[in-house]
Amino acid sequence: MAAKVFGDLRNFNQERIVLVVTLLIFATSSIFLPGFVAADNLVAIVRSVSVLGILALGMSLVIIGRGIDLSMVAVMAMSVALYLQLLNGGQSEGIALALALGFVLAIGLLNGFLVAYADVPAIFVTLASGSFVFGYVRSQLIDTDAVTVPAGHWLLGLGGLRIAEVPIEVYIFAVLSVVVFLFLRFTKWGRYIFFAGDNPAAARNTGIPVRPMLVLRYVLSALTAFAAGLLTAASLQSINTRVVNSNLLYDIVLVAVIGGIGLSGGKGGVRNVLVGAALIGIMLNAMTILDIPLIYQNLIKSTILLFAIIVDGLINPRDEQTAQQGDI
Amino acid sequence: MSFRERLLAWRYNLVPDHAIGEILSKRWTDNAIPFLALVITVAGFGSAIPGFFKLYSLQESTRQLGELSLVVIGVTVVMLGGGIDLAVGSIFALSAFAAVSVFFIFELPTWLALAAALATGFLFGAINGYLIGFMRLRAFITTLVTLIIGRAGYDILVVNFGSRVQMSMASSDLWDFIGDGTLWGMSVPVLTALILAIVSHVALTRSRPGWHVQAVGGSRRSAHNAGIRVRQTVFLTYVFSGLCSGAAGFLFATRLSGAGPGTGHGLEILALTAAVVGGNSLGGGRGSVAKGLMGAVIVLVMTNGLIRLGYGTGTNQMVLGMLLAVAVTVDIRWLKNRHKVLNEVYVAPVYLKMGEPLSAVPGSGTPYELNNRLSVADHIGLGELEGPEDVILDRDDHLYCGTRHGEIVRFFAPDYTRSEVFAHVGGFPLGLAFDRDQNLISCVGAMGLYKITPEREVIRLSAETRRSLTSIQDDARLRDPNDLDIAPDGKIYFTDSTKRYDAHDWAVDSIENRGTGRLLVYDPADGSTRTLLDGYRYTNGVCMAHDNKSLFFAESWRCRIHRYWLEGPKAGTAECVIKDMPGYTDNINRASDGTYWMAWLGMRTPSFDLSLRHPAMRKRMTRRLPQDDWLFPNINTGGVVKFDENYNIIQTMGDLSGLSHPMVTSMREHKGHLFIGGILNNRIGRFRIEGANPAWDANDAYWGKRS
Repeated sequence: MAAKVFGDLRNFNQERIVLVVTLLIFATSSIFLPGFVAADNLVAIVRSVSVLGILALGMSLVIIGRGIDLSMVAVMAMSVALYLQLLNGGQSEGIALALALGFVLAIGLLNGFLVAYADVPAIFVTLASGSFVFGYVRSQLIDTDAVTVPAGHWLLGLGGLRIAEVPIEVYIFAVLSVVVFLFLRFTKWGRYIFFAGDNPAAARNTGIPVRPMLVLRYVLSALTAFAAGLLTAASLQSINTRVVNSNLLYDIVLVAVIGGIGLSGGKGGVRNVLVGAALIGIMLNAMTILDIPLIYQNLIKSTILLFAIIVDGLINPRDEQTAQQGDI
Repeated sequence: MSFRERLLAWRYNLVPDHAIGEILSKRWTDNAIPFLALVITVAGFGSAIPGFFKLYSLQESTRQLGELSLVVIGVTVVMLGGGIDLAVGSIFALSAFAAVSVFFIFELPTWLALAAALATGFLFGAINGYLIGFMRLRAFITTLVTLIIGRAGYDILVVNFGSRVQMSMASSDLWDFIGDGTLWGMSVPVLTALILAIVSHVALTRSRPGWHVQAVGGSRRSAHNAGIRVRQTVFLTYVFSGLCSGAAGFLFATRLSGAGPGTGHGLEILALTAAVVGGNSLGGGRGSVAKGLMGAVIVLVMTNGLIRLGYGTGTNQMVLGMLLAVAVTVDIRWLKNRHKVLNEVYVAPVYLKMGEPLSAVPGSGTPYELNNRLSVADHIGLGELEGPEDVILDRDDHLYCGTRHGEIVRFFAPDYTRSEVFAHVGGFPLGLAFDRDQNLISCVGAMGLYKITPEREVIRLSAETRRSLTSIQDDARLRDPNDLDIAPDGKIYFTDSTKRYDAHDWAVDSIENRGTGRLLVYDPADGSTRTLLDGYRYTNGVCMAHDNKSLFFAESWRCRIHRYWLEGPKAGTAECVIKDMPGYTDNINRASDGTYWMAWLGMRTPSFDLSLRHPAMRKRMTRRLPQDDWLFPNINTGGVVKFDENYNIIQTMGDLSGLSHPMVTSMREHKGHLFIGGILNNRIGRFRIEGANPAWDANDAYWGKRS
């Protein structure tokens, strides 16, 4: 009997819990907060999490493969800053874009190489590369914290673009979600990511190219970060590199983990990202309407993240006998 | 000997190549790379920055170093236990704020401010420890989140109460002294860090909790299975780290008398980089406080130096990121490949020109001429035994032998078809002897000298001797105790074949051929073990002469027998009495007619003899070829040799068929029969000796008739 109850409890997984919580908060906010259910507010909610959601899509690819990419925010801000700096310095569009893309690819490849072939834990590789990317670009390549988009650039047009009153980044988020969903669900390499995340050694033994795929994931997450950075620059008309020191990185992890993508890899998908993004978006919006200061919002968000991790730990407990040595 | 060969001999016998491998196998070599980095960093920045080495400048810059060192010591201990602590940044900030608010807002004494800071550190450390230790959450992500929570809480506190701190008029001499003063030329943070470093080093290396931390970090599963309370140990490491950060926060508060919005920002990456750059392993088990301190100095000198040299925003992060990536990668690669490097360089062969032997070829007419007589031996325990290196019989004619599985097996007289495990010792029991009280004494390979009483109680007699002064590797430990014999006064004379290799690697020792074998004596009167002789090429069998005034021992890789004098004019010296045998000498035992039996574990071959004159070739062989393709001594043919007091060879017996006793490591005469053992054999042989005294029992010969 107990086993049955326990089984039911397990069935009631994190994603569903979060979904229910999200709906509850949504319902409560709709009733008690004035203007919450207005159409433009709902659009604002989705818009506010679009960039975060795109970053979380990239992050989830890495996490499902039992990794983590802590360099995403640095890559996002610094690659776009580099791109805009080159444009402001008079470089042509093509060369600037090629250089920025090359930079992003190089960082992704470096991350992937160190994780896959040098066997260095992903958290340290990406922590170090994030710090390096920020420091290098900030100290060597750009002069100020914020770099503006040059006048008349296509990014400005993109930022103002609306289709049926809905900003363009929402569509981009939607399209990217579908693409990642299709990739994970229907392509061979997409399925392989789950196998590699679930049991890397077994995946390797069955002949899956685990190491090249690891590199690919870090390249993909770096490219996603670049895309998110372009969108940020489009809507804000500049990129502020101080975002690297903000809590954005933790928000990305929060969206992924709270949606139910296990940090131990092998499980999760686009749906979890969407659920996580919805919860965060609604919560942030509600807190903003309630006029809670940013520093309190940070406290609340991080506390929620802690609970998400605790629940994750309870649902996917580590076994003393099978836990990997040095798996921190 | 040609000139070229003499040069070779000097090159390989006088240059201590083996020291490289031994040094590399020391754990302190891990410190070499960080130490080098430390020297280069300090020298580089010290010369680039004017006034870097001025006393005042050092005192001021070391204040910050003391604080960072405290944090790094905490992080090091957590990492040693297999975890990681990123929350130190916000614990540091919150503790600093706690101290500042107690002192300035509540205007309480300094020691209460310290208590508040430590309590804050303890509380946060305990939260981390509970989540990671007891709830077994992932250390990295959990401390990352508690870092953000702490940081958010700190930001709120500073916004709300920061101005009240600045307006306070509270002051105290003690507070100012901790923040500004020096004691014996050192600032308080440096002193604190030094004291804590020494205390935690001693605790980690010399106390039970410290060992538990290292055990958990080294192998969490094994520690758990060994009964160590893993969760509690992990919990305590985080509490310790929290307390360290708390203390550092307090020192910071006294130094700046305030706590601004940026306090402790990025400290976690600084501390983590320091710990890793110093050479502490991620995932635990390998590291030390000294490494952490070295890392702290490197990181701080580098980041502060860059600021003082005027490099702009972001340089710090760039350098830290690079340092962290390089250090982690080097650490991981070194850890992965260290044993490969060690394997590559460890074997360091020496030169030896063996003397020309008398032939043992059948039909050669020499006393060593091999024959086929052992092939008719009866077999005992065929297929049940693995590796009876030595055999012995007791007064009731029962037969004992050791096995590869660490057991001593007893076969029952008279037909030796039934057997039992007499005792389980572990290791690989090799040489055997009975003492006056019918205790079975055994040299146990890889373990030491053991006594098994007739009641089957296993007692360790000795596992170490005095360390020699010039040793790099600890040679006090007995690595390969091989054979023994017992003098009438109860002293046990035994051999330890090699200091360089573990017992099961004896064949590799033959390729290296370095003389590291010892003859030792254990004195039961006071339980001491002394080294009598050292520097032989694989000391092996030991046998008391019939008059008990001297003993024989075998030197296997030189195919020699030596005599060591216990009494008389030559007491305490050894002389080589039989040299250049055609086979590798092994155990020696008494024969009933006043002579001695000796085993050949294998026969010399011209090819291996030649290879001994070419150490460079053997070195290349061990580095480039898989072990299966190495040239080893021939152990497919052995034999038994009988020699007398005047070292004349009386008789040689072998098994040319190679079926029953190809390799002989021991033989024991008992009541007209010879019992034959072989370390790679699957049986004991029983061979009827023509003309031998059918009543002779070695136990009587040693200890007199049974009373």
